[in-house]
Amino acid sequence: MAAAVDRIRRPASIPRPPDRYRSLIAVVSWAAPAALILIVGVLFQQAWPSVTRFGLGFFIGSEWNQVTDHFAALPFIFGTVVTSAIALAFALPVGIAVAVLLAEPGAQGVRGALGTGIELLAAIPSVVYGIWALYVLAPWTLLHIEIPITDHFGSIPFLGGIPRQTSLFTAALVLAVMILPTLSAVSRDVIRAVPRGLRESTFALGATWWETTWKVVLPAARAGLFGATVLALGRALAETVAVAMVIGNRPEIPSSIFSPGYTLAAVIANEFAEATGDVYQGALVELGLVLILVTLTVNVLALLLVRSASARPAV
Amino acid sequence: MPGAAGTKLEVDSLSFFYGKTRALKDVTFNIPERRITAIIGPSGCGKTTLLRVFNRMYDLVPGARAQGTVLMDGNDIVTTTKLLDLRQKVGMVFQRPSPFPMSIRDNVAFGPRLLGWNKTRVKELVRSSLEAAALWDEVSDRLDEPATSLSGGQQQRLVIARCLAVSPEVILMDEPCSALDPVATLKIEDLMVQLARDYTIVIVTHNMQQAARVSDFTAFMLMNPEGRHGELIEFAPTADLFNAPRDPRTEAYITGRFG
Ligand SMILES: Nc1ncnc2c1ncn2[C@@H]1O[C@H](COP(=O)(O)OP(=O)(O)OP(=O)(O)O)[C@@H](O)[C@H]1O
Ligand SMILES: [Mg+2]
Repeated sequence: MAAAVDRIRRPASIPRPPDRYRSLIAVVSWAAPAALILIVGVLFQQAWPSVTRFGLGFFIGSEWNQVTDHFAALPFIFGTVVTSAIALAFALPVGIAVAVLLAEPGAQGVRGALGTGIELLAAIPSVVYGIWALYVLAPWTLLHIEIPITDHFGSIPFLGGIPRQTSLFTAALVLAVMILPTLSAVSRDVIRAVPRGLRESTFALGATWWETTWKVVLPAARAGLFGATVLALGRALAETVAVAMVIGNRPEIPSSIFSPGYTLAAVIANEFAEATGDVYQGALVELGLVLILVTLTVNVLALLLVRSASARPAV
Repeated sequence: MPGAAGTKLEVDSLSFFYGKTRALKDVTFNIPERRITAIIGPSGCGKTTLLRVFNRMYDLVPGARAQGTVLMDGNDIVTTTKLLDLRQKVGMVFQRPSPFPMSIRDNVAFGPRLLGWNKTRVKELVRSSLEAAALWDEVSDRLDEPATSLSGGQQQRLVIARCLAVSPEVILMDEPCSALDPVATLKIEDLMVQLARDYTIVIVTHNMQQAARVSDFTAFMLMNPEGRHGELIEFAPTADLFNAPRDPRTEAYITGRFG
């Protein structure tokens, strides 16, 4: 009888990791959210003078005036979101095209060089990007992109005005180059993971290389490509130094993407050391909170998009 | 059952190389039209390699090269440059079911849409192909659901329907049932016999019972122990090959003393 009971009981005890290991996992998994809450708590405390003074007006106002002690976040939110969006618009097609080439079997030599080249881009420090952008990219962009576009399409909103070397657009271009390695490396792995049989079946139906890539391989990799995009976007939103060097650092919502602007990360880095007075400092800390909020919002939106995308017939 | 049949594929002195290594040597035989031809043999003897010559799938492998001729209705497959035409005429079903990441309907319509066929024709083809693949009754009310929601056996029949939709003449199948359970396997086998009325079918299989059950002709291949390349040992009507093999190596293999 006892033996029978034993035999029944034994399968019920599913093999578990040892207790010590489980508690370690528990500590580690709680540590991350705890740290986030702690950080946000401290930020709130530091930002308090600004939070109480400006309230919700902080999000909709566009004045940033150290003399009158008036502060608001909208120009920086605008700059952050717009530069990242433009950067993504440039980097996404290039990054995915590069990833498709890198994932292709054969022609090792060319791909090896291209792959290494792109990965090296990730090794360049932000500051160096900033210098390069300031001396090379910005003047070139002004001459060959900004001036021609404002000349011909100046009447279109956000494409007019007097173009400048340091502008939202220049910052966006640097960001595009900076997020390219992440985007193409992750996308390459995602595309490589598409089952070979899927590609072969497409070819076997008489599809060309283009049709196979465009209609089957990329759709099959869609969820992963989305992940790569979100990762890259996160990096663009938070990039500080390189952007601060080329965006022009003007706290206003410009009427053109070819005019100077400012981002959340850049203004904090630039002004924090010299910020005098509780309200000014508080306002800068509050911008940090806003940056967290923007990043979270983007991530949640991306998540929702993925959900609705995978609800459609796919993968 | 084999009876008189025209020749669909004329394989003549076919050799195959992956880079410098030879994988096939001097394969010569005729694949009859509207019959099922099975290719059997131990692992690594070049069955898949041979099959992939017939639709030039090997073009995807860098450094792979075929020598000799494979005539289909008088045109040489090995040297043709009209790959898209060839692949429309010679469809292929792979070992693992490979539904595309799209709806059931779009899977079947994929080939016809590539060919730019008009909408009404595509719509008819979706139905007739699914019917021919014995899948219509199971999916007619869920055509817009993702193809990945089907079972493995259904997915494999979907792939066959996708193949049929471009009106091929030859269907190549590389171990089409090896990822399926026995019931699903029988369904596919029934389907093959049905399809052989209209199509020339070439199937690679590890399962000798399957070859004996469904095929009209069987080709037995073996790796040459010295050259380490695949060779065709015997090609004959299935009943003859299994009951009265001419080559002792064939006999050794089918009686299980081998490979
Ligand atoms: N892409 C490739 N590159 C180099 N050699 C290959 C390649 N594919 C197959 N081979 C070689 O060619 C020979 C025949 O392989 P093939 O896949 O045609 O055998 P098979 O009869 O289909 O075997 P199995 O029954 O295991 O599927 C093997 O020695 C294999 O190593
Ligand atoms: Mg094989």
